[in-house]
Amino acid sequence: MTQPSSPAVHASGVSKTFVTRTGEVHALDTVDLEVAPGEFVSLIGPSGCGKSTLLRLVADLEQPTTGTLEVFGKPAATARLDQDYGIAFQQAGLLPWRTVEANIALPLELHGHAPAARTARIAELVALVGLEDFTGAYPDQLSGGMQQRVAIARALAAGPRLLLMDEPFGALDEMTRERMQTELARIAVETGAAVVFVTHSIPEAVFLSDRVVVMSPRPGRITTILDVPFGTGREESLREAPEFFERVTAVREALHGTPVTRAAER
Amino acid sequence: MSRLRPVLLGIAGIAVLIAAWELYKHLGPTDGVVLGAVEGERGSGLRVLPRTHDRAMPHVWDMLTRLLGSSSGAQTAPMWQAVLLAALTTLGIAAVGWALGLVVGAALALVMQRWRLAEWGILPWVVVSQTVPLIAFAPIISSLGAQANNSGAPWPPWMSAAVVASYLAFFPIAIGVLRGLNAPDRIHVELMRTYAAGYWPTLVKLRLPASVPFLLPALRLGAANAVIGAVVAEVSIGMQGGLGRMLIQLASQGSSDPAKPWSPIFGAVVLGLVAAGSVGLLGLFLARYRRGEVTS
Repeated sequence: MTQPSSPAVHASGVSKTFVTRTGEVHALDTVDLEVAPGEFVSLIGPSGCGKSTLLRLVADLEQPTTGTLEVFGKPAATARLDQDYGIAFQQAGLLPWRTVEANIALPLELHGHAPAARTARIAELVALVGLEDFTGAYPDQLSGGMQQRVAIARALAAGPRLLLMDEPFGALDEMTRERMQTELARIAVETGAAVVFVTHSIPEAVFLSDRVVVMSPRPGRITTILDVPFGTGREESLREAPEFFERVTAVREALHGTPVTRAAER
Repeated sequence: MSRLRPVLLGIAGIAVLIAAWELYKHLGPTDGVVLGAVEGERGSGLRVLPRTHDRAMPHVWDMLTRLLGSSSGAQTAPMWQAVLLAALTTLGIAAVGWALGLVVGAALALVMQRWRLAEWGILPWVVVSQTVPLIAFAPIISSLGAQANNSGAPWPPWMSAAVVASYLAFFPIAIGVLRGLNAPDRIHVELMRTYAAGYWPTLVKLRLPASVPFLLPALRLGAANAVIGAVVAEVSIGMQGGLGRMLIQLASQGSSDPAKPWSPIFGAVVLGLVAAGSVGLLGLFLARYRRGEVTS
């Protein structure tokens, strides 16, 4: 059984090696990471640093070559079977023949929720992501941002305590992206779920996270973990605050490995 | 206008066909063009253009008037009625064959999708099966049916014809459904995995709906194949009452009444259109599953 005290994600000495035709690829090398319940953690790093692989290991879409990976104190496979997490990818991945409502209902249908309870839950989720007017629309009638909202609602449908997100806003334009970030920050607080969030964007990671995990490629490993102590309930105004820029700089320096020369000092 | 366009284009297409037929009949040489014919030797040389006299190429209006004339002698029913009756018989056989082909084809596709080993084992045979000449294959089915009939199991000839029709129909359906079942994006398959959905839920909620855009063309091809199969089967097993038999019978009377064999040919064309149209109708009911791919 799950103890309330067990961490949302606990990875110790996790490595992942892919065997390809041209040889072995070390995607991840002895990664240790712990995510507390309700905590928002971003994984950031250049392409090929294994951040997506780490997320897929947590989701039990891949299995680690060595090391152990626990979700809420149980093996990742058990956590997947118990539906302890919800997941959203870079592509919304909605089923084109299902309406917004029916797409969100999919995980509930699969787990045998009663139709009445399902309807109530869907209404809740639709309101949470602000799509009340589009419940009957098909995915091809929605913008990219709206599709991604549906995907987030679907990920939250079963009420998971862990949300896994693999660059969910990567395909959106900058304005939509910032709006979605603000909404996600609110949703994460409202649901109280822990979030593991893979991204390429430094401001996105800083704006959303309690901690930013910086990774480096070949082999993929964690180089630095930075705290972002801005608390919960983050507002748009944070994006203009000096301490926000200070954290952005810190993450950037961690990514590049050396202090970044400021324009004024050149 | 946009709705009328396909109809107008269809009519224009038929008009062009008739015009081409009549134009060539008018302008082409009566005995056609034969290259390298040896003097005094019948059938020698290579015919590159057909004969245009009335026995080889009757006028389109003669063919149509013949449809209204009697089927065999003064007091018999008009030709179009005889053709209609024969066409309905063949349509029934084709429909049974199509349904049989759908069941067999879909079952094969499901097995091949489920087990990769089965795909390796079965798919080559599915392809090879279509190289067996129908003319050779139909009499075997027919004699097996006759044996079954003699030993007590009722097996009228039309059932043999339906089996032959299904033999042609199952092929495009098996291939189409297999492609359709494998059509879901990787992201959708992984999503189902994260929902801990097993084989059956994934099949019902994801693979079957996703296969519809592949299924419909396959069903249309299957319907066309079933019609061809039914006609050919009727001919090669000598079954009475259908269009196939009628085509053969009237073709032999071609020299005395050249417009007459065209009646069952028109019947066959209409038959094909009805078969394909019925599948199109099916597509209307499944329109929901044919929405454009998600753009994001």
